[in-house]
Amino acid sequence: MVRIKTKIVLKKMHYKDTSDLEISLLLEAIYRKYGYDFREYSQAHIRRRVMNRMAVSGFEDVSQMQSKVLNDEPFASELLQDLSITVTEMFRDPAFYRSLREKVIPILKTYPFIKIWHAGCATGEEAYSMAILLQEEGLYDRTTIYATDFNQMALNRAKDGIFSNKMIKEYTSNYQLSGGKESFSSYYTSSYDNVIMNQSLKKNIVWANHNLVTDSVFAEVHLILCRNVLIYFDKNLQNKVQTLFYNSLINGGVLCLGSKESLQFTDLYEEYIELDTKQRIFKKKY
Amino acid sequence: MYYEAIVIGVSSGGMNALKIIFSALPVDFNIPIIIVQHVGAHSDSQWIKLLNEKSPLDIKEADEKEKIEKGKVYFAPPNYHLLIEKNKTFSFTIDERVNFARPSIDVLFESAAEAYKNKLIGIVLTGSNHDGTKGIKRIKECGGLAIIQDPKTAESAYMPKSAIAAIVPDYILSLEDIVELLIQIDQQKE
Repeated sequence: MVRIKTKIVLKKMHYKDTSDLEISLLLEAIYRKYGYDFREYSQAHIRRRVMNRMAVSGFEDVSQMQSKVLNDEPFASELLQDLSITVTEMFRDPAFYRSLREKVIPILKTYPFIKIWHAGCATGEEAYSMAILLQEEGLYDRTTIYATDFNQMALNRAKDGIFSNKMIKEYTSNYQLSGGKESFSSYYTSSYDNVIMNQSLKKNIVWANHNLVTDSVFAEVHLILCRNVLIYFDKNLQNKVQTLFYNSLINGGVLCLGSKESLQFTDLYEEYIELDTKQRIFKKKY
Repeated sequence: MYYEAIVIGVSSGGMNALKIIFSALPVDFNIPIIIVQHVGAHSDSQWIKLLNEKSPLDIKEADEKEKIEKGKVYFAPPNYHLLIEKNKTFSFTIDERVNFARPSIDVLFESAAEAYKNKLIGIVLTGSNHDGTKGIKRIKECGGLAIIQDPKTAESAYMPKSAIAAIVPDYILSLEDIVELLIQIDQQKE
């Protein structure tokens, strides 16, 4: 009798640890079957996403859902969409774009041609923002923007350049606060509930599938923007991706992170100088 | 002390409420406090600096991956959700708004409940939406302590009322009494 009681108590005590274990096994399963690697993502974030999907789809536990993920590709693809972040805005953090204009554009102007990498571009709003800024600064014609993401559905939407007009008021205000020189409405045409970005903004953007976790260096670039992507990674993965960025930048190249992201705790902090501390703009040392 | 962390959710009317709490908590208050206050996406951290000057405690905006320490008070940054990892560090996300809010109280509370289980105190203060209700429910489910500001004393009663409708709170108190209770809990030996 006593032994059984003890066992039951133990089982209860460890119940919550089981869900952690199950989530970790689910991530392993996704990686082994589909090649997407979420094993070094922030756990609290992954838990939230997985538990939401579990509740929405009516599973009792994560293991039950895992079997569905392994055997049902459309369902797996839905979960992958949940785990990938596609929330973005045009000219998100206007003060950052103002600093980009003032501190980074003058550096870019010294190059005969310019390569820019938007890492983790999601649905492309930031790449279009950059194209607008470069057009206004007279640099777009000698620039190639590589806009990459591992989420193909998001990339396809980015390529289309069609956005809901519900957001346009906010984007217009962001654009103006960022030091925009034109009327924002001159960069798109309205069509029913959407706006379509001008063709001239798309011509030098190369949309490509690239996974920061599993893929490597693909070009040497003058400027990397990776904003609010690294916050989803654990420290170890952040370090790995920072190394990838370091190896992709030319000497003197510029790295822009999200306003709450830092190089400070990475191995590469000493390899950059800060161009704008508050806006998290860094220049790779020569 | 038994409890390892306190999470506070506050929306409209929050400035006055937080001023009352943090000018009254003593310098040796130990349990770390983590706060989601609904603020505009572009608001700066001036207000936190101001509150810090008024309080004997060390009040700051949370940093990404920062370790939660005793005796400190952390605010979620504007326009980011704040989550707590099991290793008691902060994570940020820019996921879609929850209850029209980013940062959202529910997001903080739910992750904190997973991280601290029954060693967590959740407090819902004044506010005019229902953010925090799901989160305080989760804190209770995980064995934590739920304190709700008495709606009669709240600048905006909707948020505390919404929480009270969803759970049986351990305490429904005025701000002054919340402070007193927290000091007592903090001084209790395990």
